[in-house]
Amino acid sequence: MKIKLKIWRQEDSKSKGRFVRYALDSITPEMSFLEMLDVLNEQLISSGDIPVAFDHDCREGICGTCSLFINGRAHGPDRLVTTCQLHMRRFNDGDTIVIEPFRSKAFPVIKDLVVDRSSFDRIQQSGGYISINTSGNTQDANAIAIPKADADRSFEAATCIGCGACVAACKNASAMLFVSAKVSQYALLPQGKVEAKNRVKNMVAQMDLEGFGNCSNTGACEIECPKGISLENIARMNREYLFG
Amino acid sequence: MGLEINTAKKTSIKLSSKVPQGKLSDKWTTHKSRIRLVSPANKRNIDIIVVGTGLAGGSAAATLAELGYNVKAFCFQDSARRAHSIAAQGGINAAKNYVGDGDSVYRLFYDTIKGGDYRSREANVYRLAEVSSNIIDQCVAQGVPFARDYGGLLDNRSFGGVQVSRTFYAKGQTGQQLQLGCYSALNRQIARGKVKMYSRHEMMDLVLINGKARGIIARDLVTGQLQRHGAHAVVIASGGYGNVFYLSTNAMGSNVSAGWKIYKKGAFFANPCFTQIHPTCIPVSGTYQSKLTLMSESLRNDGRIWVPKSIQDAKMIRENQLAPTDVPEEQRDYFLERRYPAFGNLVPRDVASRAAKERCDAGYGVNITGDAVFLDFHSAIKRYGKEQAHLTGLDETNPEIYMDLGRKVIKSKYGNLFQMYEKIVDQNPYYTPMKIYPAVHYTMGGVWVDYNLMTTIDGCFCIGEANFSDHGANRLGASALMQGLADGYFVLPYTIGDYLADDIRTGPISTDTKEFEEAEDQIKTQIDRFIKQKGSKSVDYFHKTLGRIIWDFCGMSRNEKGLKGAVQKIRNLREDFYKNVSVPGTSEQYNEELAKACRVADFLELGELMAIDALNRTESCGGHFREESQTKQGEALRDDENFMYVAAWEHTGDLQNPLLHKEELKFQEIEVKSRSYK
Repeated sequence: MKIKLKIWRQEDSKSKGRFVRYALDSITPEMSFLEMLDVLNEQLISSGDIPVAFDHDCREGICGTCSLFINGRAHGPDRLVTTCQLHMRRFNDGDTIVIEPFRSKAFPVIKDLVVDRSSFDRIQQSGGYISINTSGNTQDANAIAIPKADADRSFEAATCIGCGACVAACKNASAMLFVSAKVSQYALLPQGKVEAKNRVKNMVAQMDLEGFGNCSNTGACEIECPKGISLENIARMNREYLFG
Repeated sequence: MGLEINTAKKTSIKLSSKVPQGKLSDKWTTHKSRIRLVSPANKRNIDIIVVGTGLAGGSAAATLAELGYNVKAFCFQDSARRAHSIAAQGGINAAKNYVGDGDSVYRLFYDTIKGGDYRSREANVYRLAEVSSNIIDQCVAQGVPFARDYGGLLDNRSFGGVQVSRTFYAKGQTGQQLQLGCYSALNRQIARGKVKMYSRHEMMDLVLINGKARGIIARDLVTGQLQRHGAHAVVIASGGYGNVFYLSTNAMGSNVSAGWKIYKKGAFFANPCFTQIHPTCIPVSGTYQSKLTLMSESLRNDGRIWVPKSIQDAKMIRENQLAPTDVPEEQRDYFLERRYPAFGNLVPRDVASRAAKERCDAGYGVNITGDAVFLDFHSAIKRYGKEQAHLTGLDETNPEIYMDLGRKVIKSKYGNLFQMYEKIVDQNPYYTPMKIYPAVHYTMGGVWVDYNLMTTIDGCFCIGEANFSDHGANRLGASALMQGLADGYFVLPYTIGDYLADDIRTGPISTDTKEFEEAEDQIKTQIDRFIKQKGSKSVDYFHKTLGRIIWDFCGMSRNEKGLKGAVQKIRNLREDFYKNVSVPGTSEQYNEELAKACRVADFLELGELMAIDALNRTESCGGHFREESQTKQGEALRDDENFMYVAAWEHTGDLQNPLLHKEELKFQEIEVKSRSYK
């Protein structure tokens, strides 16, 4: 396959970025999208250029490190996958692919396609936990039975990988889907209910402080979420917030 | 050619395992009540550095901070949550016996020792089994959403190498859920100001002052700045070294550097040749490949592994002239069920991997490269489907109805794994068998530690996959998560106090000393060398070449000639690396190639030690298969008389001549038997 690329290059957080064009002609359909970028970088290095910086780690769709806005969509054209799970068979010979970082005021660019998502960490630090010590002196794990339906919904919310696609997809750069997934995971479990009111209050406050936008219910986040986190969680968070 | 093994004349005093006296089942309890404590008022004057924030490092950092110590935690990822523990799929073992199938602490202990082929330290393994139950209690209290049954209680499944169901799980992403659990505990301590978190930072070296670990040099991967951090103790929790193979199921950034730097500062490195090749991974498809993907071992509960009986059928399948679904039942060789009737498809990983390799080497492989076998869910879909049809009163004889029902059951159990497979391979495993092949997954070897998890350097501890301690020559499924959390939550936080009790009057560790300066200068020199040298080959070229050498000669099966050749090849490659590697960019910016070069430099040294260790161990045990040591049936042949020891290597200053120390293994309460799963 021959592929043309238009990639956002930016030296560091202070520099101005720009699009740069590249062409590749030895791409195979079995390659993953990131392996295609590896091929590009090998070419750049061998010609003495600086390779394109992009975030990636597990390359199996679970660590949440990879990002990329591909042809105007977070994690590319497929639903329910991360960029690292996207394969070149999804594109056609001769295609031009535009690659940008996840853009948001709360995700400043570090270099090229790498962004700083530590705002997500700070939101979690503001209350995304259950306040128990790890002493091992807790009660037996089966002491509280939890209805399977609640446990399953809590699990579904907990599958969020914290990649930030929801923010990148949202026209307001809102982090509501991310925050509500965490709020929901705990609110649905008896262990998490104890602090539920404070948790939602603190996490929402931190989210606002980080400069994320508000939710206007377009649902783009749910569509672009590689883990299919449901909008239901946002409704649950709003409810928790109002009653809190 | 410098390949004689250099063995220590007498047992080093540094190699004392410090296993407490007494009955095996009492050791940990007695030890905990006898070791020294640090009072809460003194803890706040003590600083601890934790490198790595996976299950071991994350849980240790959180717990140490809860206890009152000041913790600095480091990870190279952009967030502590993304450490590679997150990718663990199948589950976590615990001797809860909720199922009532006869499980106990002793059985978990016994299975782990046997699974490790009697090459692990008995007392450490017993302690691991002992604290396993507590881990589950702790995680549930933290809000980890484990799978539950309709009564609202926790569900279990079974894993390879055991005959009970003791594995707790959260669909196919148990690792992520446990990782997020310890990340949440860590966040709570960050919010309290007790943990200072340094993400996108890499540990570059350990700093010793008067023989004690007193800090590290770290590099901020965003700005490139080198930093000095002092502490009273340093905990290494940086994971395994599987990426020495380049292609593995590890994350791209996983590396050995922290463990390797402390090796070069005096920590012994144990059993480096014990690496785990996991049987069920997606096969390699091309040279551009960067990464291998694991298909959880839990799939072997329901999937049956086979290749065609006829070599002609195998050839036709490879050439796409025959569909696997068209191979009749009697023409299939379910080789694990044939060779190991008692455990069948659930034999331990090393056994399953070698059996798959044997079939493929004999010409029965089923994909284009010839290196793949089938993992087939048809029987399970049929069995579950009929069961569901019966329960719901639908037609049990209509395949369309029951197969559909069966697929739904399989989806509820393994949905995300099936989706992952389909995305990568572009084939639907609900309708055609998966193709799998073994891939590097875990490393049992690692930094040598005593019972207190301290290395041979005072004040330097090592936990989780980075140490060698609990899995011997082969790890059983769902035991890595157990060990990481056991070390971090329940072992290290106690044992480190005994060491730190001497440090209550030390006061803050100054980084304004010649030791810190020297360490920093050394790193600067190495980095400058990489940047200034305008070589012609990329870092990845060297990494891939190294990986190929290790895979070919120190992979699933090893022999003397191959290993000797590998040592020489690695030495040559290392020389080439320092002459010809190209690292673009500068050191004062975000520079991934530079970070990679530093890591690959360490892999190039470790690779040699792995081959030397494999050369020394002329027996076959666990994941280490020496072709010279096998039974007539091709099963691994252990040599307890000569090799019932941990090989702990000391760096002598000369990479080509490490010094071998032996920790003899003694089994007090377990009878050493040959390991059979027949």
